[in-house]
Amino acid sequence: MSLASSLPAASPRPDFRDIVRLEGVQKWFGAVHALRNINMAVGRNEIVGLIGDNGAGKSTLIKTLTGVYKPTSGRIFVRDREIDLSDYSVGTAHELSIETVYQDKSLGEKQPLWRNFFVGRQIVNRFGFINVKKEKQIAGEILLNTIGFRGAGISVDSTVNVLSGGERQGIAIGRAMHFNSDLIILDEPTAALGVKEVRKVLDFVRRIKSAGHAAIYIEHNLAHVHEVADRLVVLDKGEIVSEILPKDMTVAELTEYLIDMQHKR
Amino acid sequence: MTPRPRVRSLFQIEGLPIIVVFALILGLFMYTAPEVFLAPNIYMTFLSTAPPLILLATGLTFVIAAGEIDLSFPAVIAFSGFVFAILFKDYNLGWIAVVATLASGALVGIVNGYLIASIGIPSFIATLGTQFFWSGIATVLSGGKSYALRGAEDTSVWWWIVGRFGDPNSYAWQDQLSIQALWTLLIAVFLWFILNRHRFGEHVLFIGDSNDVSRVVGINVVAEKIKLYTLMGVLASVAAMMLTLENKNFFGNQGQGYLLTAIAAVLIGGTSIFGGRATIVGTFFGCCIIWMLEAGLVATGLTGAWVRTVQGLIFLVSIIFYLFVEEPQRRAEFFARFGRRTDSGGRDPVGKVPARPARESLGPDPKS
Repeated sequence: MSLASSLPAASPRPDFRDIVRLEGVQKWFGAVHALRNINMAVGRNEIVGLIGDNGAGKSTLIKTLTGVYKPTSGRIFVRDREIDLSDYSVGTAHELSIETVYQDKSLGEKQPLWRNFFVGRQIVNRFGFINVKKEKQIAGEILLNTIGFRGAGISVDSTVNVLSGGERQGIAIGRAMHFNSDLIILDEPTAALGVKEVRKVLDFVRRIKSAGHAAIYIEHNLAHVHEVADRLVVLDKGEIVSEILPKDMTVAELTEYLIDMQHKR
Repeated sequence: MTPRPRVRSLFQIEGLPIIVVFALILGLFMYTAPEVFLAPNIYMTFLSTAPPLILLATGLTFVIAAGEIDLSFPAVIAFSGFVFAILFKDYNLGWIAVVATLASGALVGIVNGYLIASIGIPSFIATLGTQFFWSGIATVLSGGKSYALRGAEDTSVWWWIVGRFGDPNSYAWQDQLSIQALWTLLIAVFLWFILNRHRFGEHVLFIGDSNDVSRVVGINVVAEKIKLYTLMGVLASVAAMMLTLENKNFFGNQGQGYLLTAIAAVLIGGTSIFGGRATIVGTFFGCCIIWMLEAGLVATGLTGAWVRTVQGLIFLVSIIFYLFVEEPQRRAEFFARFGRRTDSGGRDPVGKVPARPARESLGPDPKS
């Protein structure tokens, strides 16, 4: 696959230990306590698997981390520097090289691929007009080289709604790679994918690691996440309840452990 | 799978289906009323009276592209028209009146944007409310009176906004070429570039596609929606000025006829009722069709009562056309929603409450 060859090498910046660290983060939605005192860190070249039941707060945690939601209280550090939460947004997260690949919310359905690659980070002149020619040219290169869509009847002018689920993940992942993200967050990227396409996504997660980047990988399928993560963080009812190293447990043991935990709580 | 090409390549030319329809209707009227449609005067009249509709519909194209709606622009035509009339006539403020009118349109737009984007009221409800509010204000302030702007044609404001390129007192058609047609063309072309080539236009399309996706990719949805409604308000105030100056008269309900015609023009043009896809070229020809029907049906010999009927029919036919051709996946969703509603509201006998028919019987939920 052409994924590895084109994945940019991690920038040598030895001046930090954790790419991201949360301290005492709380999030309330009205009366709902969605995140309870979250303390968590992701090392600069670590794949952290985030697991937990539906409604455990995985998505809320990710959205708080990436500036979609503002935490009610707590502190967020990126590369060991504290973030000013009052103006932390998706845009600032992008500038800090944090990129999210959402299950189904990463791409504008009716928009052509070239717009999807650059939306939010358009190449514009000083009046805000988009350099369409340049965006299309770069989008074409990403399609061909980074993602490896060759002769599949897909061009930069294709709209997202003609793509398959796997192709969509490819587009979102290719976008993250192009913008050279240090931390790539994957929100159930293998949901609704065929076996072959799941393998491609897992390969990509491994390449994030080998290229020196970090990732947070949210997954329902324990086998998938067990296979690629360095460390598993278990979330339940908005709280981190345990951290597990995959080498200490098999998938079967892990499954049993999680079921036991559900019963105890 | 959606069929990729061939059929779709026909639609590569922006607004092509609607241009064809326009040409057919124009041809039909040339045949049924040749003395009107083969003479230049009707087209000169079009150039002087269609601009407000085109400006409103162009602004509305952005609003609908963002998956929202604005029902308050007829009130802007009343309110901003009043602001303009009183400042221009009673206070003789000339160009200051023009600036104040634009500001009044922007004010209405910002209020709309704030209600919809920041507070989160659905746009249909919010602008229904502001429509009553601002037209009420206009009626209260004007005391229900109309303002005749006699002598307006001697001012530079009149000449620059709705003047004629030729001798204004001549009835020869070439002297009737209006300035507002040029302004409208320039604004429409400029807004085409904003929609298709500017960051703001791209954000509007993504917001219409999905608010969630837009937030995730880093679009400030609240700020962009406020900008969007401000743009709509300003365009409506420009339309109000052109209308007031062209008629040399302000009256409180001068915006009433535009609500459905402007929305119809946008949707006939091919902008998606679900947002995310929009065409300014289509909107322009949609306006041409709506305007021409009015003139053409009357010239053909039908009474004015037929005009709304035929406009409504063409409106519905075009929406069904776009649903079937452009958005097959949305069509299923649309009919599923429709089907579910008739089911719960219609067939359930009154009194028999709990055992609602299982949802599976209605086919798969398109959203799951």
